[in-house]
Amino acid sequence: MPVTTRRLAIASAAFVVFAASSGSALAQKKYDTGATDTEIKIGNIMPYSGPASAYGVIGKTEAAYFKKINDAGGINGRKINFISYDDGYSPPKTVEQARKLVESDEVLFIFNSLGTPPNSAIHKYMNAKKVPQLFVATGATKWNDPKDFPWTMGWQPNYQSESRIYAKYLLKEKPDAKIAVLYQNDDYGKDYLKGLKEGLGAKAASMIIAEESYETTEPSIDNHIVKLKSTGADVFVDITTPKFAAQAIKKIAEVEWKPLHILNNVAASVGSVIKPAGYENSQGIISAAYLKDVTDPQWDNDPGMKEFLDFLAKDFPEGNKLDNSVIVGYGVAQTMIQVLKQCDDDLTRANVMKQAANLKDFRTEVLLPGVTINTSPTDFAPISQLQLQRFKGERWELFGDVISGDVGG
Amino acid sequence: MAAVEDIVTEAPAVEAVPKRAMTLGTGTSLVMLGLLLVVPLFVKNFIIFQMTMLLIYGVAVLALNILTGGSGQFSLGQSAFYAVGAYTSAILMEQFNVNYALTLPIAGVICFGFGFLFGQPALRLSGVYLALATFALATAMPQLLKLGYFEKWTGGVQGLVVTKPDAPFGLPISQDMWIYYFTLVITIAIYIFSVNLLRSRSGRAFMAIRDNEIAAAAMGVDVALYKTLAFGVSAGITGIAGGLGAITVQFVAPDSYTITLAISLFLGMVVGGVGWLPGSIVGSAFIIFVPNIAEGISKGLSGAVFGVLLFLVIFLVPHGARQVAIVGQQLIGRFRKN
Repeated sequence: MPVTTRRLAIASAAFVVFAASSGSALAQKKYDTGATDTEIKIGNIMPYSGPASAYGVIGKTEAAYFKKINDAGGINGRKINFISYDDGYSPPKTVEQARKLVESDEVLFIFNSLGTPPNSAIHKYMNAKKVPQLFVATGATKWNDPKDFPWTMGWQPNYQSESRIYAKYLLKEKPDAKIAVLYQNDDYGKDYLKGLKEGLGAKAASMIIAEESYETTEPSIDNHIVKLKSTGADVFVDITTPKFAAQAIKKIAEVEWKPLHILNNVAASVGSVIKPAGYENSQGIISAAYLKDVTDPQWDNDPGMKEFLDFLAKDFPEGNKLDNSVIVGYGVAQTMIQVLKQCDDDLTRANVMKQAANLKDFRTEVLLPGVTINTSPTDFAPISQLQLQRFKGERWELFGDVISGDVGG
Repeated sequence: MAAVEDIVTEAPAVEAVPKRAMTLGTGTSLVMLGLLLVVPLFVKNFIIFQMTMLLIYGVAVLALNILTGGSGQFSLGQSAFYAVGAYTSAILMEQFNVNYALTLPIAGVICFGFGFLFGQPALRLSGVYLALATFALATAMPQLLKLGYFEKWTGGVQGLVVTKPDAPFGLPISQDMWIYYFTLVITIAIYIFSVNLLRSRSGRAFMAIRDNEIAAAAMGVDVALYKTLAFGVSAGITGIAGGLGAITVQFVAPDSYTITLAISLFLGMVVGGVGWLPGSIVGSAFIIFVPNIAEGISKGLSGAVFGVLLFLVIFLVPHGARQVAIVGQQLIGRFRKN
């Protein structure tokens, strides 16, 4: 027995030396817990119940997409075993489910768990365990911190990137703007505001003349709009969620305030915001986007959009194509598949993370043309480009170039 | 007002439980204790974590049991006390570097005071009205925790990450196992305290108030004092559970302590058997594991499955685990006779 152990030790030592000298050119099969010759176990946590259950459809879309991949033979012959649990958007439950996935189901990594508070709850745990927490479904900026949290990565453009883009636009087009900001009083609203201020830089203090915050519990934000109008601002930065955004658009028309209205991407949905607020009230609103809009006729003959609609028709008929979450789930699942393809036969947690941080100009075809996914060991923000759009008639019209929201980008 | 009081006092919502029926026999207690001591040595860390949560929610349910089963007052606001306890521990540990073990008594004392003060206005209310007042407390709490004034300490919506303590004296056991035994010791201490409390003069006063407030007052029980005291003790114990919860979960955020938690605890108490202290652990198991079972049966309909299971339990054994225990005891008795 000791002889074999020693032999094994020598052999592995030799291998390490060999591997180090030859680089990673050699495709050796290497596995961590959760991956085998036939299977890759992926964990996921979603709020299928509770206050945020509307987002649960993201998990269902991903499950449908992975099933489609499995039916087509899987990735390098391995089938994806997608284990998705419900946390009801309650952080203690998220911890329980994450531990169940990592310690009991023994998944290779956790993918696209949803929500800022639930992901914050397992942030430290995942990094202590060195299990990747990949492409979390939240726009908070803190997920891009490879130095302190090398096992966590976001996916969608973070809120600060987006508001930096608005800042850039304003500095260029309206350098003497008097800006009024309305934001939701939570992490999401404050993140946006921070990005806007940083984007405006030294001019932030002089350009932003009014800041108002509202609570999600307020039935209406009309009084904030009236107050902001009275400041005489000529730019209105609207950092609100869909229900409040619709109220704001309506009220602004009602009080005959005519500022340049900048609406955050969170509330840029035609179906749930613009239409209820009235097309005539929404002309000229500016927002930013990174995904193609299903309702936009310019993508009618787009191959990427066709592929997505085919997927919906064949593999996920219960999905609502107008629901933005479905298209997000589809895009993020495609990104995941790309990472797993890049991993080849080295399915260790370290390599999954390495490949996730090695995406070069990757595109899922539901992204706007020109938007690409790029990561590096020091950049854990996969999507940081958006394009500005202006509302005209009954739809958004893209304008200008794809802009990067990265610092100095 | 008089009519309302009549309705409330006429049919006591909580059935009188004789003192002796509140605990388990010595033999059964020892077996339970043995199991709780030995099982963690043979299971994965994840199971140990779940067992720790079982104990913590068990303590919180026990606290509610003292309030409702003991003094006959309802509360749907236990999540608020749990949150205050959790935040007290988390803030002391993270912002003031206090040792985790020391934060628990502080959390307990603060929550005791909080509960005692809340008990004062609650004196004027009884039955469903009290339940509503406490409900208001539970809905207000998550928002209070998000307030900008406290954000310096509470971390606002982002919450606070808590560092998990290592086993002391270089003991060769995992963090999870250490926290489990730490929690177990506290749980046992609280259990013994609660049993003795209910058997003492104060406990008798609680129960006298529960069974008939007017008779209790006539016999010289200071109704106001004992009612608020019951609130204080219950809140204090819930606060300790909250502190333990913060240490175990390593994270506190306003979204962790919503009204759902308060209702879960209430549910745990009913399923475990109102007024039967050992039932608290059974109720706690119910609120932790049954949602997981329901999710295993159907992901899309987990809520509905949970509802059906809950309905079955309430329909088949309306007195919860206590009823099952009594039936079990009778069966064993019959078996012995044969």
